[in-house]
Amino acid sequence: MSDLDPLVRFDHVEKFFPVPTGLIKGLRSKEDRPAVRAVDDVSFDLHRGEVLGLAGESGSGKSTVGRLALRLLDPTGGTVIFDGTDLATLKSEEMRRTRSRMQVVFQDPLASLNPRMTIGQTVEHPAKIHLTELSAKQRRDEVYDIFSAVGLDPPKYYYDKYPHQISGGQRQRVVIARGLITRPDLIVLDEPIAMADVSVQALLLDLMMRLKDEFDLTYLFITHDLATTKYLCDRIAIMYLGKIVEIGTLREVFTNPQHPYTRALLAAVPVPDPRHRRTEPLPQGEIPNPISPPKGCHFHPRCPIAQEGVCDVERPQLLPFVGESDHSVSCHLRTGAHQDLDPKRHTG
Amino acid sequence: MTAEILYSIRNLDVEYDTRIGGVRAVDDLSLDIYKGEIIGLVGESGCGKSTLGKAMMRTISSPGHIVGGELWFEGVDLMTLSEKEMSSIRGNRVGMVFQDPMTSLNPLMKISDHLTEAIRTHYPKMSEAAARARAVEMVKDLGIREERIDDYPHQFSGGMRQRIMIALVLALNAALIIADEPTTALDVIVEAQFLDLLRDLREEFELTILLITHNIGVVAELADRVAVMYAGKVAEVAPVEPAFLDTKHPYSRGLLRSVPNIDVDNQELYKMTGAPPNLIAPPSGCRFHPRCPYAVDLCTDDEPRLLDVSGDGHLASCWIYSDALHRPMDPEHV
Repeated sequence: MSDLDPLVRFDHVEKFFPVPTGLIKGLRSKEDRPAVRAVDDVSFDLHRGEVLGLAGESGSGKSTVGRLALRLLDPTGGTVIFDGTDLATLKSEEMRRTRSRMQVVFQDPLASLNPRMTIGQTVEHPAKIHLTELSAKQRRDEVYDIFSAVGLDPPKYYYDKYPHQISGGQRQRVVIARGLITRPDLIVLDEPIAMADVSVQALLLDLMMRLKDEFDLTYLFITHDLATTKYLCDRIAIMYLGKIVEIGTLREVFTNPQHPYTRALLAAVPVPDPRHRRTEPLPQGEIPNPISPPKGCHFHPRCPIAQEGVCDVERPQLLPFVGESDHSVSCHLRTGAHQDLDPKRHTG
Repeated sequence: MTAEILYSIRNLDVEYDTRIGGVRAVDDLSLDIYKGEIIGLVGESGCGKSTLGKAMMRTISSPGHIVGGELWFEGVDLMTLSEKEMSSIRGNRVGMVFQDPMTSLNPLMKISDHLTEAIRTHYPKMSEAAARARAVEMVKDLGIREERIDDYPHQFSGGMRQRIMIALVLALNAALIIADEPTTALDVIVEAQFLDLLRDLREEFELTILLITHNIGVVAELADRVAVMYAGKVAEVAPVEPAFLDTKHPYSRGLLRSVPNIDVDNQELYKMTGAPPNLIAPPSGCRFHPRCPYAVDLCTDDEPRLLDVSGDGHLASCWIYSDALHRPMDPEHV
């Protein structure tokens, strides 16, 4: 895939959140102050028209990446480029205009909707701000069109409903409709179906897939649920403690996972088939404290193949996996100078 | 499976009072739980599965109340017990594990105090020191380092807290564990570790577990039997393999087929039409009929009963399997 003109580019992006400390510790120099390294040197391209999944456990930094892509947060270091422009350089008026091209859908639709506005007013609101060239009637028609597109049919019936009068699945459709009204290029989907019941999840996944084609969208799909990424994503990035440990096409990462953490994560997903037996061992323990992550590779204390003297010392880089230009892994034993240490390589 | 019934729910009705009338969240529900089994209770939000779990402990709080039915446990109908007698059953004979362990643990008590208190409730003659030694053994068995035992609950991760909840239930030697969404707040690897732990423990302690969850995958991994609830009623009960591989009720079929399976390529997710009914005015006849692709007039008029449809303990509540309307389901359709 061509990297020449991605819609979004993360270039060595960092986001650190300072940890509140006492007065004395606060007097230390900035570098010494403890911080949560929520996003730690993350680089990737989001191509036009693709769906990139961003998966990982709580605290992996995946939602922070989403907020950085929308400039809801400013990075501590590195640059976030949207359609060729460094978002950090935009003045507020330019940012406002750019923002109409990027939208977000969060997990809890009830929290995203104003309970005192009808859902029609909610969806029309961004049009009043961003689509000033439209007449009131044109705006209303636009809302009806979007309502039909997201399956809120008949639109005129739904226009006057309040959020509490419709179901959770329909509320999420309203949030999606509000995102679509400004005809954005990018939608960040941050756990958009995590709160929905399974039968509703299937409907929402189907809807998002359809809308992507209909409205020419690019999605950044943030999720903790790997099974759902299969229905939506072209590529997937796996995050662990603020870093991307593996990225590639969905097919490549799912059928040929290289990073031990990716393998563990895939193996841990509960499978709705009683005949299924787990084949990969689970890592020990839980995600370490992100304020003081382990030295070297962040995953080494839990890793079944970690090599002393390498994995606990050196930080691995995200490098292309042999022969796969579109599949990169951050593991000493898979890419880079220490590949020979991999025990599996010798046993075949 | 041993056929000894540990807990038998008979014709249970639970209602919540609202301004516009009573909502029957659990309606004439009967279910047997066998000794030593893990039974998964699945269904979507509002189907009454959590209400059922609470009703089994008689912990439904106002505006909800049990309207009728019997709850047979260890030879006693719990409905006939006084509140005082009931509270000695709760925690002692029936343990509960909830989604958020933080709400069940006292933030001012060390983990060790929680455990020794539970142990000494069960063995009042045990000394403080012996109880502590026992508590240390338990946390080590659950994969928690010994030196963490004097930590407070907030210093534990979600997965570790959930292990402590299990330890507390084990310390009391409860005959039945009701686990309501025990893994929902956990990350996927921690969830898998916790499921492995439950599997090991049930072998070791012959536990009986009612696992209430919306996560179909978790049930497939852990349960021996599956009960599917819809709109306050049991739609289907079956051993786990036939429940998944030879699903009888049209609702369970739709539900199980709308779950993404990471192991299957190009899986077509089933898209169920409509939404669960409003229980203030539930549909007549079968409550699933407005959404059912097989519904006929009979389904609108009469309510089907939960019957053994295969002769080997596979129960389903659907007219398709009655002689009055014997019509095999079209596998292509659902």
